[in-house]
Amino acid sequence: MAHLTPTPVLEPGQDRTMILNMGPQHPSTHGVLRVLLEIDGETVVRIMPDIGFLHTGIEKTCEAKFYQQVVPLTDRIDYLCPMTNNLCYVLAVEKLLGLEIPPKAQWMRVLMNELTRINSHLVWLGTHAMDIGALTVFLYCFREREEILKMFEMISGQRMMSSYFRVGGISLEPPLGFFDRVKQFAGYFPSKVDEYENLLTGNPIWGMRTKGVARMTAEDAIALGASGPTLRGSGVDIDLRRDMPYSGYENFKFNVPVAQEGDVFARYMCRVKELRESTSIVRQALDGMPEGPVKADAPGIVLPDREKMKTQMEALIYHFKIITEGFAVPAGEVYQAVESPRGEMGYYVVSDGTAKPYRVHMRAACLANLQTLPTMCEGGLIADVVAAIGSIDIVLGEIDR
Amino acid sequence: MPLSPAITDLEQLKGHPAVARLLAWKPGVVQSVKFDRDEMTINLDRSDLRAACALLRDDPECLFNFLSDITCVDWYPAEPRFEMVYHLLSIPKKERVRLKVRLESASPVIESLVPVWAGANYFEREVFDLFGIRFTGHPYLRRLLMPEDWEGHPLRKDYPVEGYR
Repeated sequence: MAHLTPTPVLEPGQDRTMILNMGPQHPSTHGVLRVLLEIDGETVVRIMPDIGFLHTGIEKTCEAKFYQQVVPLTDRIDYLCPMTNNLCYVLAVEKLLGLEIPPKAQWMRVLMNELTRINSHLVWLGTHAMDIGALTVFLYCFREREEILKMFEMISGQRMMSSYFRVGGISLEPPLGFFDRVKQFAGYFPSKVDEYENLLTGNPIWGMRTKGVARMTAEDAIALGASGPTLRGSGVDIDLRRDMPYSGYENFKFNVPVAQEGDVFARYMCRVKELRESTSIVRQALDGMPEGPVKADAPGIVLPDREKMKTQMEALIYHFKIITEGFAVPAGEVYQAVESPRGEMGYYVVSDGTAKPYRVHMRAACLANLQTLPTMCEGGLIADVVAAIGSIDIVLGEIDR
Repeated sequence: MPLSPAITDLEQLKGHPAVARLLAWKPGVVQSVKFDRDEMTINLDRSDLRAACALLRDDPECLFNFLSDITCVDWYPAEPRFEMVYHLLSIPKKERVRLKVRLESASPVIESLVPVWAGANYFEREVFDLFGIRFTGHPYLRRLLMPEDWEGHPLRKDYPVEGYR
């Protein structure tokens, strides 16, 4: 197996091969990924990803913030699925605190997470198709994504860095008219997925560019730590939402798309089917949305309502204390994993009993998924490298953190 | 769900498949165990780590075949200073276990897990980069996120948040 004995220092040993640098400003690398390629004519002999251009030291910054101040930082890790990151972090802190979350907040989190998944997959589909040469799909995808971003703006005031979840619930009640808008979207979205599929799935050019390209076996995928659609595209049936449910996912019924071929087309089909499944979860969340509060009843941890804060002395004191001193979290450690659009996103949070986390570590799904690139590409054609990079759906913000 | 106290008694936790398998392999291998917030933690000695991981990966009772994560915690100024943390997932059994190894600041060296899971590669490079832990047997131990010529290891607790100016 080539990936077990990596010899990544690229030296043009024989005069047959040449070294080609791709990125970090190449448009098909989805950000600032640099890839070093050793090529023999059109064939890739070796490939070595080079990362770190977007490293911002978020893990270090987290150690200097209060627990509630970390939430906006988590948005910036994976900027295509901010709410998934929010969810993973707040679940970890809630587990540390032993805090119970009201059902409405849980269902709102599921609803927003699935909208985030659709949003993220739309960006992936548009850019992936554009990399391979199908420009139209990009415009179609961003049309629907715009509607989701408007919904995010409606609910949190922000289009992208929403920071909507809080330790103990969600920040605000959804505004009037929000559910109607989501319902309308969930109603027409499957027909839009049909549109994308009409453009791509049966398209012979798309098939030639994706079928049998960048193959990976299930054993290699597991050994390399791949997760999410990258793993399911190789025939491994695991989805943390179904298998290790969190935040009330056990109340929802959905299928987990799995494909056996392990090529770019298989991963494409997994994600496109996930678009439909997510829409179905959104509908279920809307239909079964419970009534009640959206924040836990934990005065020292959850900020009081604005109304109470201005009329009750006690609420004002809590408000002041949370803002100035944070809240202490019992000592311990927690690893919380959720199924992000890209795979297993995990937060390892260590508390030493103070109001600031001792250590926050993010298990980035993309970082592990990127390791599969040599297995996928070596021996293939140079033009397929772009298809392979697109098919693992990388976000460099998450890889570099 | 209010917090229940952590269980640290090895006798009570012997039934856990990973603990039982490790004890059957080598009676003294488990230094201590902790079951807290529904998560299982097993402390090992650094010399046993790679063999224990290979065992847990292949044993039909455990099948911890997926390496979720590798990271490190710096407990400066306490000794042993570094705590390597490994999160394993069993895809067939849908279970997780956490392995931990404490390392002295004088010799932050541990066996690499790349021979067991090829995916350990980037995780270990990241820990090497940000904490300065050395992994013996790693095929390409170089900085991953920071520039090649960077001095120091940023996630150590004695490294200032704003960096050296």
